[in-house]
Amino acid sequence: MIDPKPPAATLGEHLARRGISRRGLLKFSAAMTSLMALPPALIETFAQNLASAKRPSVIWLPFQECTGCTESLTRSTQPSVEQLIFDMVSLDYQETLMAAAGHQAEQSLADAMKRNHGEYLLVIDGSVATGADGGYSCIGGVSNHALLQEAAKGAKAIICVGTCSSFGGIPQAFPNPTDAQPVSDIIKDKPIVNVPGCPPIPAVITGVLAYFVAFGRLPELDPLRRPKAFYGETIHDRCYRRPFYDQGKFAKSFDDEGARSGWCLYEVGCKGPTTYNACATVKWNGGTSFPIQSGHGCFGCSEPDFWDQPGGFYKPLAALDWGGAATVGAAAAGGVALGATAAYFARRRQKYLAPKDDARGPGVSDSSTQAAGSSAGKDGGRRSGGSNDMA
Amino acid sequence: MTWLESWADMTLLDFSRGPAMKVAMFVFVLGCVWRLLGIALLRGRRDLSTPRHANKWKGLRLMGLRSWPRKEFLGGTAFGEALGYTFHAGFFIALLFFLPHVLFFTDIFRGLGIPSLSSVTGFSWPTLSSGTIYFFSAISAAALLAVLVHRIINPVKRMLSNFDDYFSWFVTFAPIVTGMAAVSHVLLPYQTLLALHYLSVALLLIWFPFGKLMHMYYIFTTRGVEGVQFERRGATL
Repeated sequence: MIDPKPPAATLGEHLARRGISRRGLLKFSAAMTSLMALPPALIETFAQNLASAKRPSVIWLPFQECTGCTESLTRSTQPSVEQLIFDMVSLDYQETLMAAAGHQAEQSLADAMKRNHGEYLLVIDGSVATGADGGYSCIGGVSNHALLQEAAKGAKAIICVGTCSSFGGIPQAFPNPTDAQPVSDIIKDKPIVNVPGCPPIPAVITGVLAYFVAFGRLPELDPLRRPKAFYGETIHDRCYRRPFYDQGKFAKSFDDEGARSGWCLYEVGCKGPTTYNACATVKWNGGTSFPIQSGHGCFGCSEPDFWDQPGGFYKPLAALDWGGAATVGAAAAGGVALGATAAYFARRRQKYLAPKDDARGPGVSDSSTQAAGSSAGKDGGRRSGGSNDMA
Repeated sequence: MTWLESWADMTLLDFSRGPAMKVAMFVFVLGCVWRLLGIALLRGRRDLSTPRHANKWKGLRLMGLRSWPRKEFLGGTAFGEALGYTFHAGFFIALLFFLPHVLFFTDIFRGLGIPSLSSVTGFSWPTLSSGTIYFFSAISAAALLAVLVHRIINPVKRMLSNFDDYFSWFVTFAPIVTGMAAVSHVLLPYQTLLALHYLSVALLLIWFPFGKLMHMYYIFTTRGVEGVQFERRGATL
């Protein structure tokens, strides 16, 4: 990455040096604005802003993560990861992609933070271990928690890539042994944008970065701080199998006729109706496919607590956690006890109210409109009598 | 982490799908068993009179006869009964033939060890399209609104009505409108609408054993018991 020339003042200058024409920039801008559902009129503005923008410094810190988010990013096609790294941003620290290691890597991180203080974008993947004073996850002897707080001080904004850094993700799943937390629970004084997904769609990661470079601000966010351009609609709303849902045609298992016919996967646990993401529109691997298209229901991985959702992955959304046979059995046993107790006192009252010389039994009246067994019980008489016919 | 902390960390949807539904189901089963057993175990009254009619069980016809307005009262009751039938038909079609509802019941039956219809007969329970369900839900909701208006503007019904009537109406109406809103994704995010639908169902289940919604159990048994008594005493059904 060593360039003998002095660094370019703007992104446009940098692109020109790399031989990228204005036409190429416009094509890229059209693709990006389309991806983010921006109006076509903004293509020119987007391109102009990109050309005049400074390449922002990006520092990417991995915490409790599996590197799946980075793997996803490296499969970005528009822009490609090479475009992203060499043309749009100055990726100053990314452990998986950088050549440096050990003390050199840590030094480059310190240098990047000092050189671009207040201006760099901080990208986080992975949740932050806070248990045992952050001792569950350290880099170079520094806990993730301490490193995040230090790096966040000089960040212009923080982009949380993946569900782990956005919502806690799998490390935060029950029983959460490391007391894992999302970044937004720790950093309160910086703009944060969440790009959840396990992993996120590569185009969504790069799209958010491109938006920031072009407009110098974060895109419009939803209440969970996700960019509305990518997380504005549910997968169910945009799913190509949605017509089968509306028609009532469902796969009953993963290998039945319905599954082979490409019918809706709701019944086998698809979480598409409650999952906001762009999988059904942007798709993966350059727009090739997405999980539902491959025959598997959506996990809901871009939603908080997706790992611990009631019922698990393969129970339909409608199968609620009603407690199982044990709960129903306990409730029925309690009902029997209460009912028997209530009946015992009601029968005592019936006996008490019965005329002493009435050999016929405990009836208190001869009203023909009262149901059998309900004449003496105040409540039973009201409930079992004709009044309910009026309901 | 205490259970209270784990509840506080939940999304509204997870809360409605999990703890809220569990509590609601517990209260529903406990309340229904309690109320029904409490009545079933009451003392029966011995009737030593000579039956006027030999076969008193013919009185069970009253279950059907009372389900239709009598000719004499047709003008006064037909409107209310028509609304009642419209509401109940729409409600039960939406309840029993919408796939998510069927899956909800299927999961419960499976959890209780009750064999599914398809495993016994080879036929699966039919379901209707979303549009059809929405149509019947809308009819049901409209009928419920008309019932409420009728109850309020009719002086006699208004005087007879109490909290139980209005709250039972509310807990019945809420799941229908929240379900329709969830299907059509209006006003709020889908997850919120779905959570509100589940919570409204939980409220319905909790209120069910303690209000007039228990007429689901009582209505036909009461008519049957009355019919048998009437028949025994020679009354004209």
